[in-house]
Amino acid sequence: MTTNQNQIPITYLRPAKGFAALNLKDLWDYRELIYFLTWRDLKVRYKQTVLGFSWVILQPIINMVVFTVLFGQLLKVPTDGIPYPIFSFAALLPWLYFAGSLTRSSTTLVGSANLISKVFFPRMVIPIAGVLSGVVDFLVSLIVLIGMMLFYKIIPTWNLLMLPVFLFLAMLTALGFGLWLSALNVRFRDINHLVPFIIEIWKYATPVIYGATLIPEKFRFLLGLNPMTGVVEGFRWAILGSKYVENFNPGPLFIVSISITLFVLISGVIFFRNTERTFADII
Amino acid sequence: MNDIAIHVENLSKKYKLGAMYERQDTLRDLLVSTFRSPFRKKSGSENQILWALKDISFDIERGSVVGIIGRNGAGKSTLLKVLSRVTDPTSGIGEIRGRVGSLLEVGTGFHPELTGRENIYLNGAILGMKRIEIEKKFDEIVDFSEVAKFIDTPVKRYSSGMYLRLAFAVAAHLEPDILVVDEVLAVGDAEFQRKCLGKMSDVAEEGRTVLFVSHNMSAILRLTSETLVMEKGKIVNRAPSGEAVDFYLSSGFAETGEKVWDDDEIPVNAKPFRPVALRIKNAQGLVVNTIRSTEDMTIEFEYRLEDVVTGLRVGIYLMSARGEYIFTSFDTDEPQIYDKFLARESGLYYSRCKIPADTFNEGRFVVGVNASTYRIRRYFQDERAITFNIDPAGAPGMQWPEQRLGPIRPRLNWEIEKK
Repeated sequence: MTTNQNQIPITYLRPAKGFAALNLKDLWDYRELIYFLTWRDLKVRYKQTVLGFSWVILQPIINMVVFTVLFGQLLKVPTDGIPYPIFSFAALLPWLYFAGSLTRSSTTLVGSANLISKVFFPRMVIPIAGVLSGVVDFLVSLIVLIGMMLFYKIIPTWNLLMLPVFLFLAMLTALGFGLWLSALNVRFRDINHLVPFIIEIWKYATPVIYGATLIPEKFRFLLGLNPMTGVVEGFRWAILGSKYVENFNPGPLFIVSISITLFVLISGVIFFRNTERTFADII
Repeated sequence: MNDIAIHVENLSKKYKLGAMYERQDTLRDLLVSTFRSPFRKKSGSENQILWALKDISFDIERGSVVGIIGRNGAGKSTLLKVLSRVTDPTSGIGEIRGRVGSLLEVGTGFHPELTGRENIYLNGAILGMKRIEIEKKFDEIVDFSEVAKFIDTPVKRYSSGMYLRLAFAVAAHLEPDILVVDEVLAVGDAEFQRKCLGKMSDVAEEGRTVLFVSHNMSAILRLTSETLVMEKGKIVNRAPSGEAVDFYLSSGFAETGEKVWDDDEIPVNAKPFRPVALRIKNAQGLVVNTIRSTEDMTIEFEYRLEDVVTGLRVGIYLMSARGEYIFTSFDTDEPQIYDKFLARESGLYYSRCKIPADTFNEGRFVVGVNASTYRIRRYFQDERAITFNIDPAGAPGMQWPEQRLGPIRPRLNWEIEKK
């Protein structure tokens, strides 16, 4: 074996003191690990289940049916003239993606304790893979959405092209909060118990079963403090198009949501980077 | 300068014992300790600190195979963790030239639900291999692991041997500049161990650097040219492996022929078994460190049972200084004794055995102890509890002042017949 002297990478070992450089380049170096972890997540998730991958489609449908009966039929939640099933389904898709991703990214780090205490790799790849593996599920359940749009004869508008942007926002939001929670979880296992409650409460704070139009116009931007409101309303705007937008301009709300998400994401990355060096010792 | 693969200077690593032992670190604990701390004196907190590594400095040349030996808790594994960047040092600096690959415990990073094929890719990626590299080596890895037939079976259906072979095969084909091996060869059958050692010397011949932690002295001697001896977080000796192994084997042992276990040396899970002392006695019943080979000797193990134990067997391992086993023997090997002591009441016990004269060759021997119930539980084990020397004066064949091969030197009844 001939090795070029210039190509030998040099690693410096230093005590973990002071403020860590963000050094996101190492994430790029480990991009294949992100890919394999995402792929493992997907492979394993539906192994030894009878229905297998159909759960991806069943989950939002069951949710939608329950919501339609409870909130659409019994409580008659106002939907600005949009049929309740598709009204809730348009919001359920991003919400379920978010809830799954947040759960995975905040708990899988501790689940990988034996890896973390034995092998070096940027620890951030684990929550990142947790957020990415949900995207495939999301894309599959889009098929149901298309079916429903045909059924309810909803004509797609150019708004639909913005859908990936809102999905991306949901990913960043899940990642931002996931980084905080997963890093805290290494030290405080309380997070494991807390995450289901956070998600349950968050679901009701987000206009999934109701619409943002339920809130008076002048306070509506405040809903944007919850970044998932921006995502969910964005999805409705993109899918239901002109029918929905007549009553509601999501612009200001959206700007607030994006700002909050970026703030949580950036602070999450900084927090994670500054604590990951101690993970192997305390996990 | 370019020939140094690893350079470390004053490397230290501190652990807070509290943080290590309280696995369930909960918010409530933090709140409680935050509110309590103003009322608590800070003293005593120093006791809670363990220096797993203390001021370690060394250089390792590229292409050398270096062993690391030391008793449990000496800091060997911590050193490897710091070198492979799993954890950061508390102080000191280091410079690693080249990619570090570690040979992990069996199947770390394997997912039981995935097939062998899938796990090769996953594990390769975890160890830092690129996908093209894995694809290129795939056949070689499968060949080496000898699991080709089951490559598309989930690894949870593998036997532990197959699991191990696959794990080693992936890591062995990583081609790192520096390979770090932490006692993985303790498992697996002899044939596979031989193969692994062979693969490791291949790695070294290719000019890579190997760091090899092991308790297996013969593997250290066979494989490494130089060895670091660690004790309590420090490097106490660095020498050609033969010398270092001798240093290690003769250091840290009581020279008095008696080993007494302190409370902190006894693992919590040994209960209800508590070792008290192990003694080497000569024919006169004196506790000694050196035995004349022409005398009988007695090995006495004193221990306490805190509860009734059924089916207990307490015994010794006898090893040469280089770590080769000579024999194993248990106090209930004889069926009558086994029946009589089937259930041992709580209390203080002595298990003694007499080793007849003219058994051992000249040299140093190691005695280990074991207390277990067959296939049920191992209560206590210390493979290197004590050493003793054999003085060969009067042994057979002493008229020729030469070294006799082999660890034993029995007095045999020779007969010479002329026809």
